[in-house]
Amino acid sequence: MDFLQTLILTTDSAVRLSVPLLFACLAGLYSERSGVVDIGLEGKMLGGAFAAGCVAAITGSAWLGLLAAILVSIGLALVHGYASITQRGNQIVSGVAINFVASGLTALLGQAWFGRGGKTPQLPNTARFTEITLPFAEPMRNVPVIGRIYSDIISGHSLLVYAAFIAIPLTWWILYRTRFGLRLRAVGENPGAVDTAGISVAWMRYRAVIIAGILCGFAGAYLSIAQSAGFSKDMTAGKGFIALAALVFAKWKPLNALGACFLFGFLDAVAIRMQGTALPVVGEVPVQAMQALPYILTVILLAGFIGKSIPPKADGVPYTKER
Amino acid sequence: MSAQNAKLPRWVDYGLIPLLNLTAALLVSGLVVLLIGENPLEAVYWLVQGSLGYSEGVGFTLYYTTNFIFTGLAVAVAAHAGMFNIGGEGQAYVGGLGVTLACLALDHYVPWYVTFPFALLGAVLFGAAWAAIPAYLQAKRGSHIVITTIMFNFISYSLMAYLLVEVFKQPGSMQPESRTFLEGGRLPFIHDVAGWFGIKMASSPLNLSFVVALLACVFVWALIWRTRLGYAIRTFGTNPDAAVYAGMNLSRIIIITMMISGGLAGLMALNEVMGAQNRLLLDYVTGYGFVGIAVALMGRSHPVGIIMASILFGMLYQGGAELAFEMPKITRDMIISIQGLVILFAGAMEHMFRPALVRIFTSRSDDLGQEA
Repeated sequence: MDFLQTLILTTDSAVRLSVPLLFACLAGLYSERSGVVDIGLEGKMLGGAFAAGCVAAITGSAWLGLLAAILVSIGLALVHGYASITQRGNQIVSGVAINFVASGLTALLGQAWFGRGGKTPQLPNTARFTEITLPFAEPMRNVPVIGRIYSDIISGHSLLVYAAFIAIPLTWWILYRTRFGLRLRAVGENPGAVDTAGISVAWMRYRAVIIAGILCGFAGAYLSIAQSAGFSKDMTAGKGFIALAALVFAKWKPLNALGACFLFGFLDAVAIRMQGTALPVVGEVPVQAMQALPYILTVILLAGFIGKSIPPKADGVPYTKER
Repeated sequence: MSAQNAKLPRWVDYGLIPLLNLTAALLVSGLVVLLIGENPLEAVYWLVQGSLGYSEGVGFTLYYTTNFIFTGLAVAVAAHAGMFNIGGEGQAYVGGLGVTLACLALDHYVPWYVTFPFALLGAVLFGAAWAAIPAYLQAKRGSHIVITTIMFNFISYSLMAYLLVEVFKQPGSMQPESRTFLEGGRLPFIHDVAGWFGIKMASSPLNLSFVVALLACVFVWALIWRTRLGYAIRTFGTNPDAAVYAGMNLSRIIIITMMISGGLAGLMALNEVMGAQNRLLLDYVTGYGFVGIAVALMGRSHPVGIIMASILFGMLYQGGAELAFEMPKITRDMIISIQGLVILFAGAMEHMFRPALVRIFTSRSDDLGQEA
């Protein structure tokens, strides 16, 4: 019973922790499937989180906060798009730049506007996305196994959590069942062929980058106005890079992304829960080892020791029309 | 002819374009300063005054410059081979481990100049080793160096945090840091060295690693442009197919180049750990590795350019501290934003002004041609 309780609590917190990873990972998926490498997930998330924190604090509306997060994140995405699609610049450099700019500006403006060491004001619950109890969660609790799973793990999250889990099948559907998705995948594998078919490579990629912006906006808003009650300096804390690792781990596929993000979220939840407790066989596992595990797993996967992760063929290659 | 590939005079390519890019970045930064309701010109004044206005400030500027030279060279060497080493951050961090081990082992017994070569070797070896794994995986297993080096940055944070908390932390101390090195594990400060010759200088953390950094620049110049290996590196960077055709061993080039790159990044630890702090601190790299990318880009991967770009970033760092003191609304985060903007304009959008410049310069040379 005690073990079950721990498992349920850990899974519940894993769901919460995997949400920003899911949004960011899907953002990276759209971008990279179209051939634009996105190291700037972290920066876009941070920019979004800051915008959401500010606007929700000023207007008192979580929805306006979310909108602001999306707009700011799209703005950063368009900078990335302009540099890497129109200017054909180095996409990695552009991503690094966006991370720096977002990290610097959010802290600077946060301090200048609110003067709380880079934090935005503490939000009341009315200005946040708060937990929603699904119907029948209470009566279901007593049903064995399923009841606990339903009322403790599935129910009781904010709207954005459910949005993240809906975004996965939606992305799968868009990518594999729509004309847009077919073209998006094509433009990331063989932009020349797409161009020959009379479709604008640049416009396809811009749309992918904008979608990435929207999703990072969701991720950021989740961090500052759903999971916490306000923005704090550098609150993404490397989540954008874990999402990037998850994207590689998921082999650039949406359904795998769910597994990868949940796995990394779960590892995070276990690391938090296990801090200082000894395991039966191995003894106490250092928390740093748990933190490094997602990255180590990704490196191993990337090296082809467990399966093979192959990026889209034109990923990171600027497209130049033949002349 | 496309505007991207058109030939421009060298001084335009290496002087005017970086200058225009930098100006654009600084103009946007000025707008940010306006946005938070301060005077950008006053900010510039404090930045320059704080970094160059007095001798202590100059010392601090050059001390930061030292870090940027090392990480900038690291990125540049890899860039010559067409590779992107984004892992300077982790390599510098792990390099600190090499320095620390050498200093902790020797500082009781010998003077600094005996410890120094061991610390240098430690920095290079540990940094190189940390870069060698991603390089090996790229060369032999085909995993992309950019992603692996990013992952290795994060792995290094965890590894070093573990070592600092569990191994190096002193009993009774709450700080996750190693013990402070004795005299035998400390590089002399430049103001001390000047003192030996009877010259009085304001004290600053600037130390002998600055000289090492300058020597590293000479080393990189000689390596890239004056050796067989450098030729192979440049050939591989410009055209890998040609390199294969010429019979060069690609795996070997990838691994050796990345190890040199990692070793240079590791040397940054010499300045911070043995030079300035005299102990190993948690997260002491704090972005120098990433800024190395900007330095290499602005310096066009040439040692002379890298020195100039490093001085610029050193000024931003030192001047930024002064700026935050004089104008409290502009915190040091401003410097991070400026760095980001410089990376954006000088790196990702480096060709933005090119088409216009090509138009100006080709039309002018056409006019000249007609006159003749």
